[in-house]
Amino acid sequence: MEIFKATNVTKDYAGHRALDGVSISTKEQSIFGLLGPNGAGKTTLIRIINQITAPDAGEVQLFGRKLKANDIQHIGYLPEERGLYKKMKVGEQALYLAQLKGLSKRDALKSLKYWFEKFEIQPWWNKKVEELSKGMQQKIQFIITVVHKPKLLIFDEPFSGFDPINANLLKNEILDLKNQGATIIFSTHNMASVEETCDHIALINQSKKILDGPIDEIKESYKQDIYEIETTVPHDVTSEFSRNGFQLIDYELKGLSQRVKFRLEKEMTSNDLLQMLMQKMEIRSFREVIPSMNEVFIQVVGHANPKKQTA
Amino acid sequence: MNKSLLILKREYLTRVRKKSFIILTLLVPFIFAGFTILPAWLAMQNDEEERTIGVYDATGQYSGRMENTEFTRFTTIPQAEFEQIQQDIKSSSYYAVLYIPSDILATNKAQLLSDKQVTFDIKNMIGRKLENLIEADKKAVIIDGSGIPDLEEKLLAARTSINLETLKVGEKGEAVKSSTELAMGVGYAAGFLIYMFVFIYGAMVMRGVMEEKSSRIVEVIISSVKPIQLMFGKIIGIGLVGLTQLAFWLILMFLIVSGLQMFLAPDQAEMLTQSQNMMASSPQIQENAVLNIIDLIGNLNIPLIIGSFIFYFLGGFLMYSSLMGAVGAAVDHEEEAQQLMLPVTIPLIFSIIILFPVVKNPEGTLAFWASMIPFTSPVIMMVRVPYGLPAWELLLSMGILVTSIYGTIWVAGKIYRTGILMYGKKVNLKEIVKWLFYKN
Repeated sequence: MEIFKATNVTKDYAGHRALDGVSISTKEQSIFGLLGPNGAGKTTLIRIINQITAPDAGEVQLFGRKLKANDIQHIGYLPEERGLYKKMKVGEQALYLAQLKGLSKRDALKSLKYWFEKFEIQPWWNKKVEELSKGMQQKIQFIITVVHKPKLLIFDEPFSGFDPINANLLKNEILDLKNQGATIIFSTHNMASVEETCDHIALINQSKKILDGPIDEIKESYKQDIYEIETTVPHDVTSEFSRNGFQLIDYELKGLSQRVKFRLEKEMTSNDLLQMLMQKMEIRSFREVIPSMNEVFIQVVGHANPKKQTA
Repeated sequence: MNKSLLILKREYLTRVRKKSFIILTLLVPFIFAGFTILPAWLAMQNDEEERTIGVYDATGQYSGRMENTEFTRFTTIPQAEFEQIQQDIKSSSYYAVLYIPSDILATNKAQLLSDKQVTFDIKNMIGRKLENLIEADKKAVIIDGSGIPDLEEKLLAARTSINLETLKVGEKGEAVKSSTELAMGVGYAAGFLIYMFVFIYGAMVMRGVMEEKSSRIVEVIISSVKPIQLMFGKIIGIGLVGLTQLAFWLILMFLIVSGLQMFLAPDQAEMLTQSQNMMASSPQIQENAVLNIIDLIGNLNIPLIIGSFIFYFLGGFLMYSSLMGAVGAAVDHEEEAQQLMLPVTIPLIFSIIILFPVVKNPEGTLAFWASMIPFTSPVIMMVRVPYGLPAWELLLSMGILVTSIYGTIWVAGKIYRTGILMYGKKVNLKEIVKWLFYKN
């Protein structure tokens, strides 16, 4: 079921279009990655979902109906620019922000107790935020984002500013929340985390959506007939390959074996290729190279912004 | 609970619970009381010291007629003792020695000798006694020489002191006693109080907004509430902090003053008669002023003054604090804030500059226009209200202020909404004007 859907969302700021007819939709209990270079419009889209700003055109739907003002209680938002009142006590502050999300004081206390116990941070309740380390503050920030048990969670660059330990904790919590039924949208530059967590991605570049789909399908569609094989040493692979019209990409001699990466430049299935190679050399391993999200990102964005790349 | 109320509550409680707020709120009335009541009280304490003044009178005319007062006695001393004291003043048992030279009528000069600085009161009192004695003698000579019967009584009857009563004549011809001095004092105090509170608490709003922006909590909050709710929760919360402080100050000052009055009541009555004796030239006016002051306060339109004070206090605060909040939202750093604060505070500072000319001439052109222009009216109109002014002027000024507050809030809201989420951009006035035309 689609829990969230944005259709043809357009947003103009003075003199520039931040979003141009962007449509995305997310399935329930899935993780959706919102990718794109800096300034592409990701944060604008996220702010529209959070009703911090309104779209000039297009529609945003939650639970299959138009987004309403009090839907914020179903949304948890961790902004890219985030922080806490430094002089305010941790517990008091968490309680305040939870109540602003629409929780009653009792429910807020109950939920906060659960999370403080889970992270084993009850002793911080009466400390001022400025007395806590950055990592501790990040944990509080996370709790505040999820305290009202939102059905839709939005993380804008969640891993920026988090140390590796907290980033890992955050990643596991995000996966946990998904398993408990939440839907998560997050924007990030960190392609490794995208591959580890996302089910579905959309790539926004220069205010337009240029790529959208399940992560496996996208990677599949961006493979470029590149193969990597490992063979025993004596064979002269390089001359063999150029004779057959393969473009050599990478070659590495490793003791008694050699690893070759090449692009197939004619129509040929992988089975035919393997058969052909088997007759000429002894193959230890053979695999088709599927591009990483990082490579897809660079390829797509680089292709779309050729000037930026050379500049 | 309503979210605006939650914000208001937080803004209010975090500030009211601050140590600095509590200390300032409790301390200021005591400092104020200290500065006004203590000197008078201390002055009275001094007077209870018993002193003996030695009098050497070369003319032999006056020494016996110097009357003792409650704490000061006069003793006539012979020439030999006086000369001895002149040699060695330290060994003298007198507080001071009065030397009346034989040629006093020609020179009008006498001397008060002491090894310490003689107090102002004692010097005045002795001088006055001597003056009165000599004057009485001279008068007696003139009266005797003139041969006019009952001259003394006639002269006394000719003595005049004018008590110029200021009456304000209302539209129906009824005359009401008024006091220019009192109106001046009340107006000045009210105008200055508004200026001070608008400045201090407006700056507090600005710092509060900057705190939220620089600590980056603002986006977390405005994903829960509308920016305008956050801004007004803050402004009203801080306004209530200001009112709380004002209320505490007034109550505490009232308690301190009435407490001290009770404690000092008998002494104070005495002080009053003493001060009247000092200004013996016009005892009648003195007496009248004391009696009339209550009457005059009663004749000030107290409900109107208090009502207008609250109106202009809140109006001025709403107007300036929303602009200062907008400044806080537009900038990243304190230094930038200073620069943008200037255009906002210039009219406020201007109103304090023209405060004195307006107090002196509350009906003038400057006073009229400054009490209409909404940027100066909260301070200036409050100066004029105690003098009384046509109802249409007051209503027009209030109407302009309310309309302008709406406009200001609209402008401030626009700037706030755009500025609060904008980081790392150096903002100038031109840029801010552009924001006014953004769609949200």
